[in-house]
Order: sequence, then C-alpha cells, then structure tokens
Amino acid sequence: MQTEPRLLPVLLKATLLFVLFNFTFILTSNIPLGKFSLYNSVFPGRERFPFGESQKGYNLSLFNLDAMFASHVMVGTPKDSDEYRVFLIGDSSVWGTLLTPEQTLAGQLNSQEISACGRTVRAYNLGYPYISLLQEVMILDEALQYQPDMVIWLTTLESFPHDKQLTAPLVANSPDRVRQLITKYHLPLDPNDPALNHASTWEQAFVSRRRALADLIRLQLYGALWSSTGIDQFYPEDYERAQTDFEEDYEFHGIAPPATLKDTLSIHILDAGMNAADVPTLLVNEPILISDGINSHIRYNFLYPRWAFDEYRVLLEEHTSSRGYRYLDLWNLAPMDEFTNSGLHLTPAGEAMLAEKVGEAIQNFCE
Amino acid sequence: MGLTQISASILAALLVGALTRGAPRTYLLLVLSVLAVYWFQPAIPLRSFDFWIPSLSIALALLTWFVTSQAGAWRSRQNLMGLFVIAGVVTLIDLTRYIFPDPFITTTTPPRFIIVLGFFALTVIAVSAVTIFSRRLALTLSFVILLLLGILLLLKSPILSYQLSVFLRTLTNRPTDTASALDVRWLGFSYIAFRLIHILRDNQLGRLPELSLPEFATYVVFFPSLSAGPIDRAERFSGDLKKNFALTQDETLSAGQRIVIGLFKKFVIADILALIALNDALAVQVRTTGWMWIHLYAYAFQIYFDFSGYTDIAIGIAQLVGIKLPENFASPYTKPNLTQFWNSWHITLTQWIRAYFFNPFNRWIRGYKSLPAWAMLLLGQLATMSLIGLWHGITVNFILWGAWHGLGLFLQNRWSDFSMRRFNTNNARLQSALQVGGILLTFHFVALGWVFFALGEPSLSWHVFLRLFGS
Repeated sequence: MQTEPRLLPVLLKATLLFVLFNFTFILTSNIPLGKFSLYNSVFPGRERFPFGESQKGYNLSLFNLDAMFASHVMVGTPKDSDEYRVFLIGDSSVWGTLLTPEQTLAGQLNSQEISACGRTVRAYNLGYPYISLLQEVMILDEALQYQPDMVIWLTTLESFPHDKQLTAPLVANSPDRVRQLITKYHLPLDPNDPALNHASTWEQAFVSRRRALADLIRLQLYGALWSSTGIDQFYPEDYERAQTDFEEDYEFHGIAPPATLKDTLSIHILDAGMNAADVPTLLVNEPILISDGINSHIRYNFLYPRWAFDEYRVLLEEHTSSRGYRYLDLWNLAPMDEFTNSGLHLTPAGEAMLAEKVGEAIQNFCE
Repeated sequence: MGLTQISASILAALLVGALTRGAPRTYLLLVLSVLAVYWFQPAIPLRSFDFWIPSLSIALALLTWFVTSQAGAWRSRQNLMGLFVIAGVVTLIDLTRYIFPDPFITTTTPPRFIIVLGFFALTVIAVSAVTIFSRRLALTLSFVILLLLGILLLLKSPILSYQLSVFLRTLTNRPTDTASALDVRWLGFSYIAFRLIHILRDNQLGRLPELSLPEFATYVVFFPSLSAGPIDRAERFSGDLKKNFALTQDETLSAGQRIVIGLFKKFVIADILALIALNDALAVQVRTTGWMWIHLYAYAFQIYFDFSGYTDIAIGIAQLVGIKLPENFASPYTKPNLTQFWNSWHITLTQWIRAYFFNPFNRWIRGYKSLPAWAMLLLGQLATMSLIGLWHGITVNFILWGAWHGLGLFLQNRWSDFSMRRFNTNNARLQSALQVGGILLTFHFVALGWVFFALGEPSLSWHVFLRLFGS
C-alpha cells in the first residue's frame, strides 16, 4: 500500500542528501571540469580567450585555464602539415581590447597569408588581459602541448615588476599551477605567498564553488552567442581616449630617480618563458603611446615615466643580447593617434603596422 | 522578486500558516502584504519615491474600499483595526529612518515623519471627499476607474512616463537631463489596477459581496501575487481567508513541491534561456537563419518558464497560508489552436479582459446590425487582443503583437468553421495528424508573435522576420 510522504522525513532526507552531495563534491576538485566544453564541437572555438565584464559582449572572465583553453579554436584545430603554427603571447594589447578578432595582431597576421619555412603561417591569439609575466608564462606553458612552430611574446615594462606577478586574478586563483611553474622553471617565488588563493576544504565544497561552476556553464551558453554573432567583446560607441596630459609625476611602482629599476623587475620569469619552448621564441617590446601633451617630457604615457621606460629598454636590450634571445624593440612604432583607451591598446591601423613588422620577423626567422 | 524576497516570503508564509488561525491570520497577512509593497518596490532615481509609490498603492486601495463599501462601514471594529494596522505598518516603515543608519525595507531612507503625517492627512481628505461624492454621484466609481486607467496609461506609455519623470525631477529639484521613462517603476501596479477595477466594476453591477477592509487590502496587495499575479477574484480570495485553515503536512509538502518547481523554472531554466533569448541587440547581430530561430525559440520558452515559474512560486506560497490562487498557465505550448492557447496562457488576465472588455464590447457591437458577423468577430478579437498588448506597454510593437493574435484568433475561428464542414473528423489518423500539426502551427504562430513582443521597434521585428525567412 502506498503511503503519503511525511514532511519531517522528507526534510531530513533532503538535508542529508544536500550535505552529502556538498562534501562529496570536494572529491571532484581534482577533476579538470573546465576541459568539458561544447566549444570546438557544438560551437566553433573562440579566436581568443574568454574575457569580459559586460554581458553585452557575450563573454566573461573566469579563472579556469582548462576552460579557457578548451574554448579556444587552437585546441580544436588539428595541425595541418602545411601549417606554420605561431603562438602570440601577451597582455590585453595582444588579446585585442576594443578590436574585433580580425583586427587583432593574430587576425591581421592571418589575413596577410604569409609563409614561413615553406608553410602557411597561422597565428593564434593567446593574449590575455591583465599584465603579469608569470600569467603569460602560465599560458605559454599550457599552450606548448599544442605544437607551436614559433612563439612570439609581446611584452611591456608594466608586466615586469615583482608586485605584478602573483596578483593577476588568473595567477592568484591558480595556486597549483603556480607551484608547478615554480618547480619546473626554478622560479624564486613563494608557493605559499598570501597573494595566492589556496582553497580550504570548505571552499572546495559545492556551495562555495557554485559561482565558478556557474561561470563554466555560462561560458558554454555564450558559445551559442559567439557562434551566432561572432561577437566576443562589447564595443562601446564611445570611450575615453588614453590620457596624454599628466601630473608632474616621476614615480614608477613607487620608485623614482636616482633609484634604478633593475631590482624591481622579474627578469627570471622572462628567462623562464624564453626558455620554455624548444621552438624559436621571439621577444617583442610592444608599442607604447608616446604623448606630446602636458608633462610629456616627464612621462611617455599614463603608465611610464620616461626615465623608467628608457632604463627598461636598455636593460632589456642588454639582457636579451647577453642571453642570445631573439628580440624586437617596437616601442615607438605607432603614432599617438593609433592608440585607443590606453597607452598599450592599438587601433586597427596601429595593429596593421605591428602586424607588418611581426610578419616580416616571422618570415625572416626561417631565412 | 529576487531569491532573498522569495525566501523571506516562504518563511513568513510558513510561520503564518503554521501558527495562526482566523482573524489573526488575516491581520498578519495584511501586515506582511503592506510590508512587501514597500520591500519589493525596486530602487528609483527619484528621492523617496520608493516610499511614495508603495504609499500611493496603499492609498488607492483604501480609496477604492471606501467608495465601494457601505456608508459608515469603516466604523466597525474590524475595519478600524484594519485602518490602524495599515497606518501602523506604514508609520513603522517610515520610522526606520530614525532607528537604523541604513534603510532595510525601502531601498533609500524614507522621508521625514512630518511629511508622512502630511501624506496621511491628504489621503484622509481625498478619501473622505471622494467617498462623500460617491454616496451622492453615481459617476464616482467610474471616476475612480478612469483614475486607475489614467495611471496605467501614464506608466505604460514611454513618452508619458518620460514626461512624468521630467515633471517629478523638476518638482524635486533633480536634473532633468538624465530623466528616463524607466524612472517611475511602480511595482505590481498593472495587477493592483486590474484587481481594483474588477472590484469597482462588480460593485457598480451589484455583483460583489461586502468585504472588510483587512480582507480587501490583503486581496489587493497580497504579497505572493503582488509582482507577477495571478489576478484573483476578490470574492474567491475572501472566501479562502474566511475558511478555518490549518496548515497540514500534506499541504506543506504540496506547496513546497510547487515552490521548488517554480524556483527551478524561473531561476534555472528561464534565467539560462535569458542569456540566449532574442533581444534588440541580437535582432541585428545574428548572422544566420538557423540561429535566429534558435534565439526565438529560446525567447518563447524563456518567457513561459519565467512567468509560469513566478506563478508557481506565488501559488505555492499562497497555499502555505490557505489561499488557493487561480492557475495562470496550463501547458499553453501544447495546445492545438490559438483559442486554446489563450485559454491556457496568462489565464487570469484573459478571463479579466473577457469579463470586463470582450463580452461588453461584443454586446455593444451587436447593436450595429448592418455589420456582418465576421466583421463583428474580427473587430472584437482585434480590439481585445490589442488591449492585452497595451496592458503590457503602450508601444507600436505591443499593439502589433496584440493585432497579430487578434488576427490569428479570427483566422482560426474561420478555419474551424470551414474545416468542420469539410473534413472527416472520424478518421483517427487524420485527427492525430491535425492535432500534431495544430500544436506545431499554434506554437510557431505564437513564437513569431513574440518577435513583436520581445523587441522595442517594428523595424527590428521586420529585420528579424526577414532573417527568419532566409534573407
């Protein structure tokens, strides 16, 4: 005979199941859930990593490198025998803030249809906003399994200071990967640095991870919108142009002359990245805005006082030369008008200038 | 209503249902409902209007009760108690400004008490004046109906709402250049107005039994159905309040099940679909026909799960306090024709419109003997469905949506007449085929109608239609 359910047992069972499920979920913390993706199967892969704060861009920022890679077109593209695979590593200027995928450096290189070593160059955009050398090395380290023929690392002074390395959200939320990088590349960093978010047992439970899990689902849903519109970024009709007038400020990350930069830069992380791949790696000092506004004799732009950037260029030149790194200094390539909302973000025309130089460098490598 | 408000409502309803009986239950529901009017009201960029707008909802409810109740009814103990409870709750909400550093019932700090006292005085004067008139002039009830329709018109018309915002900003010395039609968001007014009009109209026709003030006010602003309906009938609601309800285990489980289903529909299915549902931006961004259909289907299901989810939650919470709210949805997308769809989609709104517009309109138009029957039907359907469209907002697209359905209902009616005479309905296979075909056709007709409903401009809708059909 079927009996009607009673309220108290139902509530008790529900509570027990919820608690059990919540803590059993901790066992899944080692399963790379981010690798389960609808991209590259149901939806086409993204041309660049997911990143964004506006829902209008059908994109979101998440701190799951597995999910970021799983959504990238590179992961789902088998390497053709004719393909000369080039990875572009860098910050938001490589990722392409305010640029469509076709307008980014990778997009413009691909539209050039150039050849290198008798093969067709196919560039992949592995840039990611936020500036940190360690974040870029983390991405490069993960990307190496996808058979690059060449790595081009575009970087800038702002990525170098010690205090920028562990604070990038992607880095701060990937303590296990940081630990692996420290071991693998012998980096003089502390794996227990408080800047890294080590998840406690409770933080690995379902309730605590609900936001991260929801982000994974949202990323898949945005795949539908990426697929149907080809849009992966919100492009405002108007935005504030990069600052060209400045205060009389000589400081860079709390230091000013006569102090020198040398001890504040994480050169060892640069070395780790330059030696990570067993394929040619080209280091590019990316273009910056050189202002002619108020106090431009003190600062090149909002980020850099002249003394700091000039010293950085000398240091980088000396270091790359002493280590035999392939290096291209394109710091003054683009005129002031070819920057958008920051001293590092180029317009499509600025990106075309950069693509021309980088394209030449790729071709010259084989020659 | 967000999850916090829903959770608080469930908890409050459980406590009221489990711990109270009879009159105390009615008073507690009244207290909770008045509180909810203020708490659920979203933030408004006009200072203190998140307090004044709910206060106006309460004032309109009081006004309607006074003009529809018998002379001197307010002097009864029960009604005086109701007045005291309402005034007490409003006063307490206002006094929170002196007790707590940050507002916690309203979104901004309520106005000073002296101003609220002035508002009370004005309400008493206005209610007294209209009540005195209503005893002497038959047109007073119609005047109140027109007042409610006028407010609806003001709120539903983007142009008028914008002008109202400019006016209110000027009045309160706020910059007018940032005025927007969205400034004056009056939570639940569409439902409050329709409940009040139902009472006024039924009172005019002598069809409504006398309701006490606590019953009446609780009915108008009943917290589970305040923001998204359903539109109950006063006499039915009052009947439930009068019942000697005791919350049983079975009742709790059944209500809980309904709430869980509603939460799942709204916060899981609908909110997921909302990410990919058709909207103004997608209307111009989507590149292929196939994807446009997918976004349209997503919208069709999102709006259903969102709305029916809220209804399930409202019905479940109400069940906990012994109120059996009417159903609003009955699997509308599985209906084989448009008439059946409208009998199962937003049922309480359709019934309201049928009772207070469609039937009177049809009686009126039958007076024009020279009009052919089909024209009467077409006009009736078009006018009724356009009115439903206008209830959602006074924009060209809502009118087009209404007209789309009006025309659809007319054509379906003609087709039914025609097919009944022509086709052999005893053939089981044909019947099944017609049934399945009817469901698919009806669903797609409704889905295509959403192209008007979902978008802000006819040009966008046209663009979407072109994309949907291969251009």
